[in-house]
Amino acid sequence: MGKIWRVSGPLVIADEMKGSQVYEVVEIGKEGLVGEITGLDGDKAIIQAHEETLGLRVGDEVKGTGKILSVELGPGIVGSIYDGLQKSLLTLVEESGPFIKRGVKALALDRNKKWHFTPTVRDGDILGPGSIIGTVTETNIIEHKIMVPPGLKGTIRKIKGGDYTVDEPVASLEHESGVFEIKLKQEWPVRKPRPYRQRLAPAGLLTTGMRVMDYMFPLALGGKAAIPGGFGTGKTVALQQLAKWAQTHLNIYVGCGERGNEMSDVLYSFRQLKDPKTGELLQDKEIFIANTSNMPVVAREASIFVGITVAEYFRDMGYDVLLIADSTSRWAEAMREMGGRLEEMPGEEGFPAYLGSHLSSFYERSGMVECLGRPERNGSVTVIGSVSPPGADFSEPVTQNTLRIVDALYSLDVSLANKRHFPTINWLTSYSLYIDVVRNWWNDVYPEWADTRSAALKILQQEAELEEIVRLVGPEALPEGDKLLLLIARMLREDFLQQSAYHEIDAYCTPLKAGLMITAIMKFYDLAQEMLNSGMRVEEIRSSPMVYRITRMKDIPNELFEQKAKELWQEMEQELVADKGGTL
Amino acid sequence: MSLSSLYIKEGRAINKAKGSLLVAESIPGIELSEIIDVQLGNGEVKRGQAIDIGKEAIIIQVFGGVSEVDLIDCKIRCKGETLKLPVSIDMMGRFFNGMGESIDGGPPIIPYDYLEINGEPMNPAARQPPSEFIETGISAIDGLNALVRGQKLPIFSGAGLPHNKIAAQIIRQATVKGEEERFALVFAAVGISYDEASFFMKDLENTGALERTVAFINTASDPVIERISTPRLALTAADYLAWEQGMDVLVILTDMTNYCEALRELSSMREEIPSRRGYPGYMYTDLATIYERAGRIMGKEGSITILPILTMPNDDITHPIPDLTGYITEGQIVLSRNLERKGIYLPIDVFLSLSRMMKEGIGPGKTREDHNNVFMQSYAAYSEGCNLREISTIIGAESLGERDKVYLSFADEFEKRFVSQGEFEKRRVEETLDIAWDLFSMLPEKELRLISEKFIDKYLPRGKSSSS
Repeated sequence: MGKIWRVSGPLVIADEMKGSQVYEVVEIGKEGLVGEITGLDGDKAIIQAHEETLGLRVGDEVKGTGKILSVELGPGIVGSIYDGLQKSLLTLVEESGPFIKRGVKALALDRNKKWHFTPTVRDGDILGPGSIIGTVTETNIIEHKIMVPPGLKGTIRKIKGGDYTVDEPVASLEHESGVFEIKLKQEWPVRKPRPYRQRLAPAGLLTTGMRVMDYMFPLALGGKAAIPGGFGTGKTVALQQLAKWAQTHLNIYVGCGERGNEMSDVLYSFRQLKDPKTGELLQDKEIFIANTSNMPVVAREASIFVGITVAEYFRDMGYDVLLIADSTSRWAEAMREMGGRLEEMPGEEGFPAYLGSHLSSFYERSGMVECLGRPERNGSVTVIGSVSPPGADFSEPVTQNTLRIVDALYSLDVSLANKRHFPTINWLTSYSLYIDVVRNWWNDVYPEWADTRSAALKILQQEAELEEIVRLVGPEALPEGDKLLLLIARMLREDFLQQSAYHEIDAYCTPLKAGLMITAIMKFYDLAQEMLNSGMRVEEIRSSPMVYRITRMKDIPNELFEQKAKELWQEMEQELVADKGGTL
Repeated sequence: MSLSSLYIKEGRAINKAKGSLLVAESIPGIELSEIIDVQLGNGEVKRGQAIDIGKEAIIIQVFGGVSEVDLIDCKIRCKGETLKLPVSIDMMGRFFNGMGESIDGGPPIIPYDYLEINGEPMNPAARQPPSEFIETGISAIDGLNALVRGQKLPIFSGAGLPHNKIAAQIIRQATVKGEEERFALVFAAVGISYDEASFFMKDLENTGALERTVAFINTASDPVIERISTPRLALTAADYLAWEQGMDVLVILTDMTNYCEALRELSSMREEIPSRRGYPGYMYTDLATIYERAGRIMGKEGSITILPILTMPNDDITHPIPDLTGYITEGQIVLSRNLERKGIYLPIDVFLSLSRMMKEGIGPGKTREDHNNVFMQSYAAYSEGCNLREISTIIGAESLGERDKVYLSFADEFEKRFVSQGEFEKRRVEETLDIAWDLFSMLPEKELRLISEKFIDKYLPRGKSSSS
């Protein structure tokens, strides 16, 4: 037990704190504000307060809890909305109304709710850490697997199915030095990665339903990606799209220092939208962590780690988890603010010198792993972080440090946003290093993927070069072949890459539909070249009914598309024959 | 602020005075952010706030600067209170300064409550997503960047552009269908000139809106530090009117650039490590604590809509002030010097402007079924026209094809008839949409690709040319 020695904003220094440990959680003042020790100096502890410190006094009590900052893991977590310290926001509404009061506690997991536990092992089984002992049906989508906590092994005793609260033991584990009671709930410190047996390479496509990602710049399960973009480039909408449609088992959305209205919009829409794969409500496979920009800054720093720890826990069950962090820049700013208060020597633009290592310690917790324990299973955490570079200038420290770590970049472009081309992922500056990783996956789904993809990217590249010339001489002065290329590039941009997040049908596009769509455009290119050779002008080709048909492809539902695409191709071929016939 | 409480503690030893900061020996029991009275040798009292407290020393920020403070005779007294605003429904129609003190010579306010001026963060799980359309009567806003209740939508302007006129026009005209009487306006002048402030006041008076207005005035000659408290006081008043009185409150904050400058000034005085262009690293968070007070609450009457105005230094939208604002607010209305030079009022740059909440606020039952289609099509056609305009300046309009020429004149007409509007002209949203349809009739019908066919049949004026 110590006493406050100094307070400045979120920084609290307490003395008489001998015996505390770094990262220990403390309770400050009479309201018991949550804080975390970030450093020790003699008997003084340097504490970052996760709540507003207004009204604290010198000499107020500071109580150590003996625990380091941890999350509660167990049934009831899916579908929840937490703040940056895993307080349930819905409980907070009940406790303290629509505004967040200081010092109010709200546990992450409901202590009264009973869950039905079904054992999958028997008494006498000898199990190691991470082994699954039974399941709880948590939501219509998620089967919550109850595991032996890391670090423990022994013989299972007294395991019994039935209804339990998260605090009641469902089995006990007998080991050399005693008996451990396994409950539905376990805890894990947020800053420590959860253990696994072996790290594997990312594998398979993370299907997002967004053509420009899935087809052009694919992301692999277990991969890590960054989305930098200036304001108004649709960063948040793109991330919400991912949270809605990404075909993983579970998605975690960390709103870190972003807008409250947007967060409420996400929460609201997830209660209505359905998952395309299971047909169940999306909130049955989502966890939200909301630390909006007006909530205490320091908790922002914790929120990202809370998110990734929860992600790892579900990964350990053998699930594919997607973690979305919006925005890592606000997270870095929280670090900068604390660094400044602690009078640390600043690095670039006032950010602490450890910015890079902190960012990598977060992104490196992604990955595909072989989980601990039995049965054998693989799980993955894919991480997508958004970056909000000041003035949309990517040379700033957060973007640059992030680019050194991630393997896929979706760079959002202000000029595309001004043209209302959404998603504003720039096809010339984005990249993905997972092309080879997903090749096998695509070979099973749509073998023409690799060829059509590179052909399309080449056309778009050529378009960029031609645009330079058009700016000087005007579009009419180009040779017909180049004019046609511009037309095709435009079709690729408008009819393939552009995808409205609010379109009833087009919001989610299956990989197969994406493949068929791009093939339709490429087939039309072949056809148009034939027409050009037979003397038609691009002006006439542009008004071909085929062009109109291609623009309307987006309106065709995913499941009908294969049939429709085949009809379209047939018509194109017929037209080609007719066209040849006409000129003969 | 006429909060009378007993002086509870007093200290004497001031060790350092600089800028607006005093470093003094610690006073036992002092709270962080507590209000401090600094009594000068001549008896004059200045108000300050404890911003850093420690066992050995405390740092006090003095409102109005430390001039005339000396290190021998000055005394400091703690009041045992943090900065609070006395609130009451009688604040309507009254004027206050950046400390929340009445400056119009009227009777003192009898407070119903004292509210903490920093407010408390709204729980995101308790927020109601904004969705009620506010009709401003301005085509470029209603048609293309619709404002909804609970939104925060700034006007990004530049020196010399008519942002004040536009704000005044919005104040005059803004209505939500069918609801008038629960409307209140909170106006905060932050470091603007006396003339600008009186322009607004006169306009409010002329339209009779003054009696529904609470005004906080900090002009350019008032203390810089009060620029920090002025918007917070305004929002505290708004909090009270919205959440206690159930009113729909529109908050105008002008000019937030002055606020940010004040923030930088104070930060450098505190010798903090600067971030971009000398602005403090926490400017994003600081602005967010102001703007995020906009919103609606589930199951509660009332709303707070914030319309901040800021002038972009050198018209640079990447400057930290507009940049950080844009990351917080739900869109922005950007004014264009080019349009202004062409003599177009309201010179709203359609491409840079954006309302993120628009899609929730428009459509059948809210505005009209065709609104979204009309928005997309006018945007696309105007953008096409502007691109061609750029090309035609190099190669000449004659070298363009027929189709391209049509788009070129569409862009001109669009600026002249849709964007341009009288200062006292109020257009209903239906009129705005009809103007757009009238302009669409200039284009070949098959070019209207973004509009569904049933709307074309219903709304497109046929058989007459729009220029007639």
